[in-house]
Amino acid sequence: MSAAAAAPRPIPTVPSEVSFDGVTVELGGRHVVKDVTLSIPGGGWLSVIGPNGAGKTTLIRTLSGAVRYLGDVRIGGIKTSSIHHRERARCLAIVPQHPLVPIGISTFDYALLGRTPHQGLRFSPSRHDREVTAEVLHRLDLDEFTHRRVETLSGGERQRVVLARALTQETPVLVLDEPTSFLDVGHQIEVLELIASLRVERNLTVVTTLHDLSVAGQFADQVAVLAEGKKVADGIPADVLIPALIARHWGIEADTAVDDHGGVTVTVRRRRKTKPLKKIEEPI
Amino acid sequence: MSDSGETDSRMTASVAPSLGVSRLGGRWLVGGTLAVATALVVGVSTGPVSIPPGRVALELLDRLPLISVESGLSEGQQAIVWNLRAPRVILGLLVGSMLAGSGAAYQGVFRNPLADPYLLGIAAGAGLGATLAIVSGLGDGLGIIDPVPVAAFVGALLAVLAAGTLSVRRGSAMPPSTLILAGVAVASFFTALQTFVQQRHAETLRQVFAWILGRLSTAGWDEVLLLLPYAVVCSGGMLLAVGALDVLAVGDDEASSLGLRPRTVRRLVLIVASLGAAAAVAVSGLIGFVGLIVPHAVRLVAGISHRRVIPLSLLFGGAFLALADVAARTVQSPAEMPIGVITAFIGAPFFLAILRRQTAQ
Repeated sequence: MSAAAAAPRPIPTVPSEVSFDGVTVELGGRHVVKDVTLSIPGGGWLSVIGPNGAGKTTLIRTLSGAVRYLGDVRIGGIKTSSIHHRERARCLAIVPQHPLVPIGISTFDYALLGRTPHQGLRFSPSRHDREVTAEVLHRLDLDEFTHRRVETLSGGERQRVVLARALTQETPVLVLDEPTSFLDVGHQIEVLELIASLRVERNLTVVTTLHDLSVAGQFADQVAVLAEGKKVADGIPADVLIPALIARHWGIEADTAVDDHGGVTVTVRRRRKTKPLKKIEEPI
Repeated sequence: MSDSGETDSRMTASVAPSLGVSRLGGRWLVGGTLAVATALVVGVSTGPVSIPPGRVALELLDRLPLISVESGLSEGQQAIVWNLRAPRVILGLLVGSMLAGSGAAYQGVFRNPLADPYLLGIAAGAGLGATLAIVSGLGDGLGIIDPVPVAAFVGALLAVLAAGTLSVRRGSAMPPSTLILAGVAVASFFTALQTFVQQRHAETLRQVFAWILGRLSTAGWDEVLLLLPYAVVCSGGMLLAVGALDVLAVGDDEASSLGLRPRTVRRLVLIVASLGAAAAVAVSGLIGFVGLIVPHAVRLVAGISHRRVIPLSLLFGGAFLALADVAARTVQSPAEMPIGVITAFIGAPFFLAILRRQTAQ
């Protein structure tokens, strides 16, 4: 009975385009996202950037239906509001900024949770589910941690485990909310390189929010800037990440440099001439 | 990392199915069943008239389908076994199962280790219901059915319903903590009412207290039959939800992104667990500690997956309470100790021992 219910279904592996069409989100009487229209071709990497409170996280939460919104969100041309909850979970996997990892769960069991949308209503994992999970853990070099409790792992390892859960979902679209916020520079790049190579291997469409402009400029092939809920710029990194725009929306002076591959590095300069914000920071 | 290709990604596939995903596992199931059987035999053979446990075991086996053995018990002993002790022990098993199982479920849906079946006001509601029935003189056994459990059951469900209704606001998703707080408020309110009623009828104070402290005294099989349907439905419902509870452990947002409907799951599990706990409380009074300690003890030794926690809480919860009842009726024999005293007295040190062992590892 459960074997039939949990049988693997064909999964759309074709790159899926993701698009937002006039998306508006109201939270607590305030418009957090205002009429955002944006699309990423299948297999692309979009980074949504913007200052704190710009609505980045809220915008990508519309993808999973975690917030109510006006307008349309489409994956592979299909409106996500028109498909079943579980169906959507087979289209898109999310790595949240603050994943809630149950204390005491093993790496394997945690990664296996990604198979949930492929299982029957009793959520009993099939042999195939376990195979997929083992494969993903192997691909992410997590073999040695299979039986370890997730909370005993380091920050970088844990981030890979959460990524593993998203990958076992076997979705064409991968969404990551600030995937590097608690990692040191080395692990940041390691995780992002991993995502970059997985994207190519699996033909994934990647949507991330990122704080670090250089990281966004080098890994994404499309950057969209949100400010106060509105989309203010959208395009390839070299066109979007320019000193004038950074100055306007982040209020800082920055230099940008474009490398041979079209990646952009942003160097931020300290505001020496502006007034210090707090008294404590006042220079002698 | 960037140069690793797809060449070796299938290497581990062949060993995958043997990997340790948390399942119930035969070992645990056998352990739980043995605990229940032990509790049954010890419970039935212990009492003012001692009956040899071996014979009790045979007598009980004889009642199982397809098994026929001669226990060698006299007719008098058989009467004691089947009319006096077995109903009480089985009631203990059922009540313990319901309290521990719904405790585990409550802890699961609220992701809160301090949750227990009384969290949403079941205890206070049942207390008020029972007190009202007792002070109004309905509970003197004149009617066909004893109104105290009925009133307690209704009171318990009303309290949960009140907490549930008060915590929902139209069109907005309230966090689970709102429900807990509503439960606390409802419980305080019902307790206040109960205390008021109780103080106004000082002559029934003893009876009310006896009920509140919890007991498993029975008159034949009535209480067992009263509780059995709820026990079956609730255990079944909770066992069906074990997979969903494991997914829910990652939080509402993430569970939702995995295709689950967290609020629906939470609501269904709470309804089932509350029904079971309310039915248990209705026949046994307020027995504390079981719903909190048994699931935690299970979790400490068998891991956090609800695939183990729920079934094992049902089994060990039953065994624990049945054995606690043996202590309750023998320690001060012929007088009875309130069973809640025993559950706390045995449970707390036992729990601490497991906790220490676990943290030492």
